[in-house]
Amino acid sequence: MELTKPLTPEPNAPGSGETVVYDNTIVKFFAIATAAWGVVGFLIGIIISVKLWAPDFLAFVPELSYGRLRPLHTNAVIFAFAGNAIFLGVYYSLQRLCKARMFSDVLSKLHFWGWQFIIVLAAVTLPLGFTSSKEYAELEWPIDILIAIVWVIFGWNMMGTIMKRRERHMYVAIWFYIATFLTVAVLHIVNSLALPVSLLKSYSAYAGVQDALVQWWYGHNAVAFFLTTPFLGIMYYFIPKASGRPIFSYRLSIVHFWSLIFLYIWAGPHHLLYTALPDWAQSLGTAFSIMLLFPSWGGMLNGLLTLRGAWDKVRTDPVLKFMVVGVTAYGMATFEGPMLSIKSVNAIAHYTDYIVGHVHMAALAWNGGLTFAMLYYIVPRMWRTQLFSVRLANWHFWAMTLGIVFYAVPMYFGGITQSLMWKEFNVDGSLTHPNFLETVLRLIPMYVLRSIGGHLFTIGALIGIVNLYRTARQGKFLANEEVAVPARIVTPAKDGYWHRMLEGKPIRFAIVTLVVVLVGGIVEFVPTALVQSNVPTIASVLPYTPLELEGRDLYIREGCVGCHSQMVRPFRSETERYGQYSHAGEFVYDRPFLWGSKRTGPDLHRVGRKYVDAWHFNHMKEPTSTSPRSLMPAYTWLYERQLDISHTEGKIITLRKLGVPYPEGFETKAVADLKQQASRIADGLQDAGLKDARADKEIIAIIAYLQRLGTDIKALKQTTPGAKQ
Amino acid sequence: MIRNVLEGIPGIELYPIIALLLFVSFFTILLVWFARADKARLATLARLPLDDDQNSTNTSL
Repeated sequence: MELTKPLTPEPNAPGSGETVVYDNTIVKFFAIATAAWGVVGFLIGIIISVKLWAPDFLAFVPELSYGRLRPLHTNAVIFAFAGNAIFLGVYYSLQRLCKARMFSDVLSKLHFWGWQFIIVLAAVTLPLGFTSSKEYAELEWPIDILIAIVWVIFGWNMMGTIMKRRERHMYVAIWFYIATFLTVAVLHIVNSLALPVSLLKSYSAYAGVQDALVQWWYGHNAVAFFLTTPFLGIMYYFIPKASGRPIFSYRLSIVHFWSLIFLYIWAGPHHLLYTALPDWAQSLGTAFSIMLLFPSWGGMLNGLLTLRGAWDKVRTDPVLKFMVVGVTAYGMATFEGPMLSIKSVNAIAHYTDYIVGHVHMAALAWNGGLTFAMLYYIVPRMWRTQLFSVRLANWHFWAMTLGIVFYAVPMYFGGITQSLMWKEFNVDGSLTHPNFLETVLRLIPMYVLRSIGGHLFTIGALIGIVNLYRTARQGKFLANEEVAVPARIVTPAKDGYWHRMLEGKPIRFAIVTLVVVLVGGIVEFVPTALVQSNVPTIASVLPYTPLELEGRDLYIREGCVGCHSQMVRPFRSETERYGQYSHAGEFVYDRPFLWGSKRTGPDLHRVGRKYVDAWHFNHMKEPTSTSPRSLMPAYTWLYERQLDISHTEGKIITLRKLGVPYPEGFETKAVADLKQQASRIADGLQDAGLKDARADKEIIAIIAYLQRLGTDIKALKQTTPGAKQ
Repeated sequence: MIRNVLEGIPGIELYPIIALLLFVSFFTILLVWFARADKARLATLARLPLDDDQNSTNTSL
């Protein structure tokens, strides 16, 4: 799609030979999508934040329950808001840095509409409970395939543009874009591998410990290569543009790029410290996470020091204001990250709201700040006008900044409070707060403050969007921006500059980048992938019964993992509260793993047989009946809906294909087995006086699953030779 | 348990050595590149984003 024409060279413009026409329309599309999905993502965030202190809020609609909306919120903010912002930044800056129009207008459009279609599919399927439950990778397999296709379209369009560029050198921002494309593709494909049962249900290709390692290799690097590298590219382009100064040190940017992508990929296991993951993998994660501080801060300082001598502009220019807050927050978040990776710090912060504060500091200020800076920069330029109101932009800036403070500080404070309460002992050695609920109720004021912060941030964003809309209305949109460029320059094979070897050759550059990224992943993953036969198998750990399996899938559908972990860490404060710590061998049939990442409710790995069936029956119908003042929402629909057993047989077959040792032919007996176990539970409940208990309802399956959790090891009689418990 | 895990992988004792060599060589090469870079050239490259719309034929911005 070459939109260039010969131009008579002007005497005063040496090298001018052609004009190139930048495609602003696709940039406009992504700008609108960024703003629109941003508001949707923020509003869902507000809804779920309110649900944490007012659990009855919108509780009558299953599709709007906390567990189902939480993944919608994270997906909307990461892939819809930040995702569209990335494409906005790439499509705007890449054309200008390459002095070339995007490779193909058709691919641009396919990319845009394909991505929006995926977002709509996510917005429909997640509230309906179709989820893989793997964090930030919740979408089911057909959507995963679509994501891969659309991502390749994006990469194809981007690499095509780079190949036909008129600027010999690939500016540092482009390197970050290339790394983003390649690594996200690898991460997405490897982590999404699953065997389908039906159109919207699949089981992970990995189980237990391996699944956890792959998931957090993905999860951590989604943060790295979706929320960091593309935004660093954006920083490297837009800070010089907005300040009118070249980047502080181009040399530093080279070191920044290579060391960041090399180190990041190893750091994933820091999400699994003190879990059943092998210790060597945990230590590797910690070591690389601490080293990451250096490239992260190198990049941050490179961005901020670019403004040396231009700090006066930060006082007046909204673009630079948002940029500076964003880059500063990046510095804070990337300091916190390595600190949280130190085991002793992690022991306090993990599973608490501290981590929620940490990610929001990064998402709201770094991704949000850079995105709005970019919008304030691009919109007036594409609509050939001035910003409608600097005053409104200032209002937006302060609402955003205060909103972030109101969000993050209570979460930090609340997280540490909760952790210290979990770990507090009386002089006689008993837990000071044996009832988990006490530690949650203490946080309610923090949850309310967090909601206020969310409101402030969203109000700020709405002010910003109105401002940008008015800006666009007062201007005239320039769909095709015509620019005179030098004629295409043929690079001599060798001109003595070392990095040219890579910069002049995008494909070679991409291959080296991919190798650098893969090294860390392979060294870390291969031994653990081979662990399968080496995870100490525990003879008493058996596959789930068909009813328990259906119950587990309901647990996944309702997003219980959003509040409850299933991983008792080897601390006395946890073994005292929950029971024996979790062993790697206990999860060999868990597809996907459900270790979780946050405890708004207690850990459930040892909940099996802790309470009688009737307790669970009453608890999920009306949580406050068994746990006064509980913040858990009621799950009334589980008592009305009939358990869907149409896929039970298929689930058994699929799991056997994945290696779960269900005997041949068991699938034909699975439904009968399920009904038998359900009747037993329902009869028991009726005997306990719960006359409305029916064997064919969903609640019975959930009870069966919960009562099984962590009980195999209680019946431990023998282990395989060599396995230590 | 960890010993058991590691025992099962052929040549596992080489893994940390390979990882260390990779790590050290990667950063050595990076630092050599870093030191050899030509300052004037880098300054030109750093100005790339600032040059990108100087020749715009239909904009006053």
